[in-house]
Amino acid sequence: MKRFTLAAAAASLLSGAAYAETEITLWHAMGGALGETVNAIAEDFNASQDAYKITPVFKGTYEETLTAGIAAFRAGEQPNILQVFDAGAATVIGAKGATVAVEDLLKESGTGFDIEDYISGVRYFYADSDGKMIGMPFNSSSPVMYYNVNALEAAGVTPPKTWEEFQTVTAPALKDAGYVGLSQSHLPWIFTENFMSRHNLPFATNDNGYDGVDGTKILVNNDAIKNHFKAVTDWQDKGFFQWFGTGWGDNQTPFEEGKVAIWLGSSGSFGGLSKKDLPFEFSATYLPYWEAVTKEPKQTFIGGASLFAMAGKSAEENKATAAFFEFLTKPETQFFWHKETGYVPVTEAAYELAKKEGHYEAMPAAEIGIKQLSLPAGAHTKGYRMGFYVQIRDVMNREYGRILTGETDVDAAFANIEKEANGLLERFAKTQK
Amino acid sequence: MKRAGFATKWLPILLLVPQLTIIAVFFYWPAAHAVQSSFYLQDPFGFGSSFVGFDNYSDLMDNREYRRIAWFTVIFTVLVTFFSLAIALLLAVKADKVIRGAKSYRTLIMWVYAVAPPVAGFIGLILFNQSWGPLTRLIGQFGHQFTLGVNYTDTAFAMVLVSVWKQVPVNFIFFLSGLQSIPKSVREAALIDNRSASGRFWDVTFPLLAPTGFFLLIINITYALFDTFGVIDTLVKGEPGNNPMTLVYKVYVDGFRGNDLGGSSAQSVILMILVLALTVFQFRMLERRIHYT
Repeated sequence: MKRFTLAAAAASLLSGAAYAETEITLWHAMGGALGETVNAIAEDFNASQDAYKITPVFKGTYEETLTAGIAAFRAGEQPNILQVFDAGAATVIGAKGATVAVEDLLKESGTGFDIEDYISGVRYFYADSDGKMIGMPFNSSSPVMYYNVNALEAAGVTPPKTWEEFQTVTAPALKDAGYVGLSQSHLPWIFTENFMSRHNLPFATNDNGYDGVDGTKILVNNDAIKNHFKAVTDWQDKGFFQWFGTGWGDNQTPFEEGKVAIWLGSSGSFGGLSKKDLPFEFSATYLPYWEAVTKEPKQTFIGGASLFAMAGKSAEENKATAAFFEFLTKPETQFFWHKETGYVPVTEAAYELAKKEGHYEAMPAAEIGIKQLSLPAGAHTKGYRMGFYVQIRDVMNREYGRILTGETDVDAAFANIEKEANGLLERFAKTQK
Repeated sequence: MKRAGFATKWLPILLLVPQLTIIAVFFYWPAAHAVQSSFYLQDPFGFGSSFVGFDNYSDLMDNREYRRIAWFTVIFTVLVTFFSLAIALLLAVKADKVIRGAKSYRTLIMWVYAVAPPVAGFIGLILFNQSWGPLTRLIGQFGHQFTLGVNYTDTAFAMVLVSVWKQVPVNFIFFLSGLQSIPKSVREAALIDNRSASGRFWDVTFPLLAPTGFFLLIINITYALFDTFGVIDTLVKGEPGNNPMTLVYKVYVDGFRGNDLGGSSAQSVILMILVLALTVFQFRMLERRIHYT
C-alpha cells in the first residue's frame, strides 16, 4: 500500500515535469455573460494543448482595467495580455516599450501574420501610423440602430435610413403611435466619433492623430455636427428623442421596456438583447446619416477593445501569448465569440464561416455590425488616435448633458469642447517627450 | 524630587520608531511623491515625462470647470455639514427625553452608521430610479419630474440627501453622549431659572454642548469633503457626465480614469493645503474660544 502511494507520487511528479505548462494571464473588462464567454474560450484553449495555460482575470470597467494594467506595469507585475478599450488606445500605443506589437509577436513565433486576413473595418484602428498592428482586435463592435419591429409596424413606418427621414416621417408617426422615437447610449461614441466616420469628416489634424501627438488638434467644432446636435435638441423638444443620462443602461432600459421605439447601441449588445425575453420583436440596421452632409455614407469605427501583449515577459511566455492569439483568431473561436456575444468576427475567414453556418439566415440583425464595418472606407474612417481621450470623452459627455438639460447652447458647448480637448491634447503631447 | 523618565534618550526614540516609520512610509513619502509629480507631465506607463513647473496648477486655475467644481464642493460641504449636525442634534435632544424604549429607539437611529457609503449610494439609486424609484414618484406628486443623473440640481440634491442620511447617526451618538454628560444639577438649576424649554436649550444646553459640536463640525467638514466619495461615485454610476462632483472625485476622475498623473497630483496638493488650513483653523482660531470642561 505504502509502495503504491510512493509510486503514484513519483508518477505524478514525473508527469508534472513532462507537462510543465507555461502559465500566462489575461486581464479583461468583460463582466457578466461576456466574462463567462471569455472563460469558456480560455478553457477551450487550455484543453486544446498541453504546453500553455491561460488564466483570465476580470478587472472591472474598461477604465479600471487600463489603470490596473498601468499600475501593474510600473510595479513590474503586468499581466501577459491586457485588454484596452478604444479610448485608451492612444495611451497604450503611445507608450512604446509597454507592449509588444501583435504583428511582431506573431511573426516571431512563426505563426505568420497577414493584416489582409482581418476585415477592413478593424485593420488599422489599433495600428501605428505605418499600418503595423499593435493590438489584437478582440471584442470589436460598432454602433448600430436597434428598433422595435412591432412599434414601427404599429406606426406604419420602416426603419429610417437617414436622419432627414427620421425627423420628417419616422419620429412623428411613432409619436402618434405613443412611442418616444429615439434614445442612444453613448453620445461621444455614437453621435461624435462615429458621426465623423459615417460622414467621412476629419476628426483631428495629423491624420486623425495617427501621425503623432505634436500639434494634434481636435476638429469637433464644425457645422455638420453642430447642426446634428441642434436637430437632437429640437427632437427632444418635440418628444422624438429622450436622453436618460450619461449611463449606458439608463438609455437602453426604456427601449427594453417598449417606451422607446429606436435605440442606438452597440452591435455587441445583440447577444444580451436576444437572451432577454423582450415583450416585442426587435431587429437592427445601419446607423442613419444626414443626406445634407453626405450622399455616400461610409463605414463606422470599431468600438470595443483589443488585446495588447505586454512587454517585459520571457520569450517562453510570449510564445504562449502568441499561441493564444492564434487560437483566438481561428475562425471557429471567432464564430463562437460572435454568436455568443454579438461582437463582430474580426477575420474574413470567421465571417465566411458564420455565413456558411447560416447564422445570419436565422438572425439577419446579427450581421449588421460587420456589414456596417465593411461598408466603403473613406479618408477619415480608419480610426482616431488622441491622448487623454478618456478625459476628452468626459468633457464631451458633460457638455452634451448640459445641452440636453438646457444649461448651455450647442455653439457654446462645442467651443468649450474644442478648447478643453485641445488643452488636454497639448498636455498629453508633453507626457510623450 | 526626581523627574520620572527614561534612563537613556535612545529608548524613547526606539519605541517611537514603528509609529514614525508607518507615518513616513504611508503618509510623508506618498505626499512628497504627489508634490513632485505635480510639477511634471508624465506618460502613465512611466516612459516619458516633462518638467512643466507650475503649469499643472495654472491650468487648473484657468479651467472654468475646476472652479465650478470647487464652488460646488463648498456649497455641498456647507449643506451636508449643516443638515447632518442640525438633524442629529434635534434627534439627540428628543432621544434624550425618551424614557420608554429608549434603547431600541437609539439603536434604530444609530444603525445606519453601519451602512458603507457605496451601499448608501446604491440605496439612493434605488430610491431615485428614473422610472420606478419611490422618491422619484413622491416628488412627482408635487409636479416635479425628478431625474437623477440627468438634471444637475436633482443629482446634487440626491447627493446631499444620501450623504446627510449616512452621517446623522455618527453625530447623533456624539450629541447624545454630550447631552448625557451635562450634570443633572446644572439642568435642575436651569429648570428653576427658566420655564421655557427652548430658552433653556439655547442658554444652557447648547453652550455646554459646544466642545462636542466643534469637534463634530471638523469631523463633518472632513466627511463632506473626502468620505462622500463612495456616495458620489455610486450615484453618478461611475460616469461623471454633466453631474455635479466634489474636488476629491475630480482627483479620481483625472488620475484613475484619465491617467493624468501630473494634473491629479496638483489637485491632490491643493487638497492637502486645504486640509492643512482646516487643521490650523481648528487649533488656532476655534480651540481658544471653546472651553472644554
